[in-house]
Amino acid sequence: MKKSLVIASLFLFSLLPARAADAFCGFYVAKADTTLFNKASQVVLVRHDDKTVLTMASDFKGDPKEFAIVVPVPTFIEREQIHVADKALIDHLDAYSSPRLVEYYDENPCQRMVREELAFKSAAPTGAMDAARDNRSLGVTVEAEYTVGEYDIVILSAKQSDGLETWLKTNGYRIPDGASKVLRSYIRQGMRFFVAKVNLEEQTKLGFSYLRPLQVAYETPKFMLPIRLGTVNADGPQEMFVYALTQKGRVETTNYRTVKLPTGMDIPAFVKEEFGDFYKAMFTEQVRREDMRSVFLEYAWDMGWCDPCVADPLSRDELQQLGVFWLDEGQGIRAPMPGGGAQDVFVTRLHVRYDGAHFPEDLVFQETSDRENFQGRYVLRHAWTGGESCPAAEEYRAGLPGRRDTEAETLASITGWRLPDIREKMNISAPKPVPYGKKWWERIWAE
Amino acid sequence: MQASRWNMRTATRAIQDPRHYQIATLSLLLAYGLLFLDFDMDAARATLILATALSTQALCSRISGLPRFDPKSAFISGLSLCLLLRTNSPEIALAAAAAAVASKFIFRWHGKHIFNPTNFGLVVAIGLTGEAWVSPGQWGSAAFFAFLMACIGGLVIRRAARSDVTYAFVSAYVAILAARALWLGDPIWIPVHQLQNGAFLLFAFFMISDPKTTPDSRPGRILFAILVALGAGFVQFGLFRTNGLLWSLALFALGVPLIDRILPGGRYHWNRTGFSPRPLNDGASNEKEFGHRKPLPV
Repeated sequence: MKKSLVIASLFLFSLLPARAADAFCGFYVAKADTTLFNKASQVVLVRHDDKTVLTMASDFKGDPKEFAIVVPVPTFIEREQIHVADKALIDHLDAYSSPRLVEYYDENPCQRMVREELAFKSAAPTGAMDAARDNRSLGVTVEAEYTVGEYDIVILSAKQSDGLETWLKTNGYRIPDGASKVLRSYIRQGMRFFVAKVNLEEQTKLGFSYLRPLQVAYETPKFMLPIRLGTVNADGPQEMFVYALTQKGRVETTNYRTVKLPTGMDIPAFVKEEFGDFYKAMFTEQVRREDMRSVFLEYAWDMGWCDPCVADPLSRDELQQLGVFWLDEGQGIRAPMPGGGAQDVFVTRLHVRYDGAHFPEDLVFQETSDRENFQGRYVLRHAWTGGESCPAAEEYRAGLPGRRDTEAETLASITGWRLPDIREKMNISAPKPVPYGKKWWERIWAE
Repeated sequence: MQASRWNMRTATRAIQDPRHYQIATLSLLLAYGLLFLDFDMDAARATLILATALSTQALCSRISGLPRFDPKSAFISGLSLCLLLRTNSPEIALAAAAAAVASKFIFRWHGKHIFNPTNFGLVVAIGLTGEAWVSPGQWGSAAFFAFLMACIGGLVIRRAARSDVTYAFVSAYVAILAARALWLGDPIWIPVHQLQNGAFLLFAFFMISDPKTTPDSRPGRILFAILVALGAGFVQFGLFRTNGLLWSLALFALGVPLIDRILPGGRYHWNRTGFSPRPLNDGASNEKEFGHRKPLPV
């Protein structure tokens, strides 16, 4: 671990000052009893008419003074374009858009009665971020230096990647092998570098024990996230959640396939206790099937409502804090209202697991006019256990084993879990000798 | 005897007509996309687009007094739209298909139509409505390589039939991507990844190669292909916009009459019927061999 002082968070390039003794192994998430994705970061991309507000959060748990990030940005950034956001905003957005578990209880087939209950678990990790210090140049121009909230921020431009590398090294950063080439590519693309470290004094003054997300607003036709620096020398694949808030519709990647996660299926009831594991296994399985070359769509919804709601839609104020700049005064965001009409904010949640080999290029996005809603939704259907007897009930009971089998098979197929293990957990007997198991002639003269 | 000669002739024509191969390739690709690639498209929408393209072709043929309704070109346009055009609105899909086919009859210059129909349909739908889009990333690498093979196969089958545009365009576009990567110091995987795109193949092998919209002379076609590649590169890497290929082709298609004037070549005639098995030596006129009354457009 000591070796990998440079840990790349996502598209961000997290650099630890060389003086840092111990580093962190990645980003951890544990929500309730659900330990999910490591090395994950969350990014909110608010975009409309080339105007972009980027909010970056990663769940850094180490010593704040050991943390720094370098983010390539397309334009010069003024002091007023940088802001520090409240981490709760991202947590709320995460909860709102998380894949959800829905629970239903079968009605008594003899009477028509419905009961429905929802159970949710949040699936994404949460995050914060860190930063460090900077200074002088050699072929590198320090275009600006700001202190914003608990962060010291430097905007750099460079002519040569060696110059930039030297600057970073002289300023106490350790650069991974291979980063120089990537830096050069960004320099030639005319990108600036946004370098942030934590100002410990400010942090103490402000009294935050965690690192709040950094926000940058800029205007550029480039609708992309630079992920390449983060993949240099990365210790295994990384995880990123991108929440795009747009006006028109769903966002997708144009240079990678964007795939919808499997959704809407009935799965065995035991998953309720291990929804986190389920979701993680399912995601891993889908990544495997796509040969780790796709970006996954987890949620696409009009921010005006949700159905079912894991968390309320974000308020107008929260959206504004995240950078949504096109909401007119007084227009507001409506309260959650199933079936509500189109709103002015459409949220797309993308989840990508990536490394340099499978994602050689930065992510490039486009906003489509697709306003079709999509959510990761998994259904638990509890069997009716009443003792009443009627023809409908008999038929219902006869259908149950088949239904459980299907649930087990569905679960096995989407998670890659072993079918016998699933059956064991479901307490159902191993594959019953169903008629298909018999030879066709055995079925003719059976009994 | 008479009948068997006729059958032979029909069969030869069917094999020689590249549109049969194109229809087969695009249909398979569409089926694969619908079944395995999670295309934002369903059978009903595909049927709507195809039916609209075909009926527009029938209607326009009748209005413009063409003696025969030939569904093949319109079918190819329809299939290409199914593969590329995405919209939530059936009306826009319908309008795009109708505009695509009708553009062949409306925007004409010296017996040639100006725009490739699919290109026109897409540009109109995206540019005018703002409610349509193309998802260039929606192709898995398996589909890409299968489609690549099919496209190359198509070239082999077509022999010389205006493939020079495709060759010139692919070479120019690859050169642009490679030069950019070289200049940026990017690894080779980046341009390779940028090329692994089904929409690019569809464009190079089915759209820009449309013999009725490309310049008449070979030098003209090569110039045209290079201009389209440069334009596409500029849109993508200079303006940072998507669909560079489509915008560039639509723009430079307007310049084809000028290119034809500066670099004239053998004019392509639709009204010749009958198949004559002459060797295909001149890219400018070889579609005559197939005796189409309609262009070979997508």
